[in-house]
Amino acid sequence: MCLAAPSRITVIFEGGFLAEVESFGNKRKVGLAMVPEAKVGDYVLVHAGYAMEILDEEAARESLKTWEEILAVTGEAKSCTDKS
Amino acid sequence: MHGQVLKQFRDPDLGRRMAESTRQRLQRLADKLGRRPRFMEFCGTHTAAISRTGVRGVLKTEVDLLSGPGCPVCVSDYSDIDRAIAFSTVPGAIVATFGDMMKVPGSRTTLQEEKARGADVRVVYSSLDALQLARENPDRPVIFLGVGFETTAPTAVMTLEQAVREDIRNFYLYSMHKTTPPPTRALLPDPELQIDGIILPGHVSMILGRKAWDFLPSKLQRPGVVAGFEPVELLAAIDTLADMLLTGNLSVVNQYGRAVREEGNLVAQQAMDKYYSLVDGPWRGLGTVAGSVLKLKQEYAPWDAEACFAVNVPPTQIPKGCICGEIVKGKQSPFDCALFGKGCDPIRPVGPCMVSSEGTCATYYKYERM
Ligand code: SF4
Repeated sequence: MCLAAPSRITVIFEGGFLAEVESFGNKRKVGLAMVPEAKVGDYVLVHAGYAMEILDEEAARESLKTWEEILAVTGEAKSCTDKS
Repeated sequence: MHGQVLKQFRDPDLGRRMAESTRQRLQRLADKLGRRPRFMEFCGTHTAAISRTGVRGVLKTEVDLLSGPGCPVCVSDYSDIDRAIAFSTVPGAIVATFGDMMKVPGSRTTLQEEKARGADVRVVYSSLDALQLARENPDRPVIFLGVGFETTAPTAVMTLEQAVREDIRNFYLYSMHKTTPPPTRALLPDPELQIDGIILPGHVSMILGRKAWDFLPSKLQRPGVVAGFEPVELLAAIDTLADMLLTGNLSVVNQYGRAVREEGNLVAQQAMDKYYSLVDGPWRGLGTVAGSVLKLKQEYAPWDAEACFAVNVPPTQIPKGCICGEIVKGKQSPFDCALFGKGCDPIRPVGPCMVSSEGTCATYYKYERM
């Protein structure tokens, strides 16, 4: 029930209360009141008919980088023990 | 652009390496604890995602992943479900609800059965659709059944705000909305559960912010990870919990940074503060949880279904054999229920845990039966 789908804002309607978003080729209208700073082109998470948050792509890349680093370290540690 | 990043969160190779790292860390943690570690997730979407992605299966021997009270429909008390169903008998009313609620058995009937008997019950995707029904049917009360946690609760009052702005008087909200930190606080100290760490709800945290969970390490000595829903994210969350428990460095880590901020969504928080007050209320399985239920404030009584319509709520009758109340606490698994798959299935659900797509019984029925 707390499912949220990533969608791209295609149009913001007058007054800024509603926007049109696109997700996997489907277009629908959603409430924009929770993310008043959102712009056309932003990716937002949509839940229960409202855009909830603007997705931060930089943060996503950051997570991936951190995990890659952690895994690289774990991998090294493993090969070290293998040698000994 | 965003699709590319998502793909990486589902990358099988990264997933395999993450699973291997997690497995090793969990084994070291098991050595330290002298038993298998136990983590709990408090989000039905996580329950479903952990099964669907195969993460539960992959780490089956290394960790117990318990499902907590993370499905809003499942934790709704019978008295609340019965009242929701009773609103469909208000003369002339249109009841608007999310699809999950249609088949939920109350003490005597379901919304679906009431609809078959002639009640006007409509499935909507959003409270905004319910408001539209109110605009189109100005002579009829439209009662929106609000069920959900902090992710859903603000959407209902954003819509209510619009109703107030347009002076739409025939839109009513029945709020069964609940907040998640109070039951987390109530469940964690239970010695029977032995929960070592918590996978924190991603979308609830999007509203509340990472900070809202700082009480876990400081008051309850448990680590938490705010997690996303993709396979690599789920594994990373489990890996990080194990790591914190091994080092003894307990905190609340945000691993869903693409959606969750430190402070959460302030607009949504302000809307909730403006319209709701937190009251003590019943949760299935947990009994009364202090300050956990969001009810409309007195000044919005003209839009509050409970304040405006007196309905007859029948005395509660719990279906025989259903252990949903124990399942939402993580104390029993669907496999412990004699009715699971034998008399209770998604077509003919006996309890709410089998109805909602995020209910533990429904998830286990779909993914975990051998
Ligand atoms: S399988 Fe059905 S009867 Fe058993 S606990 Fe789950 S919902 Fe209740």
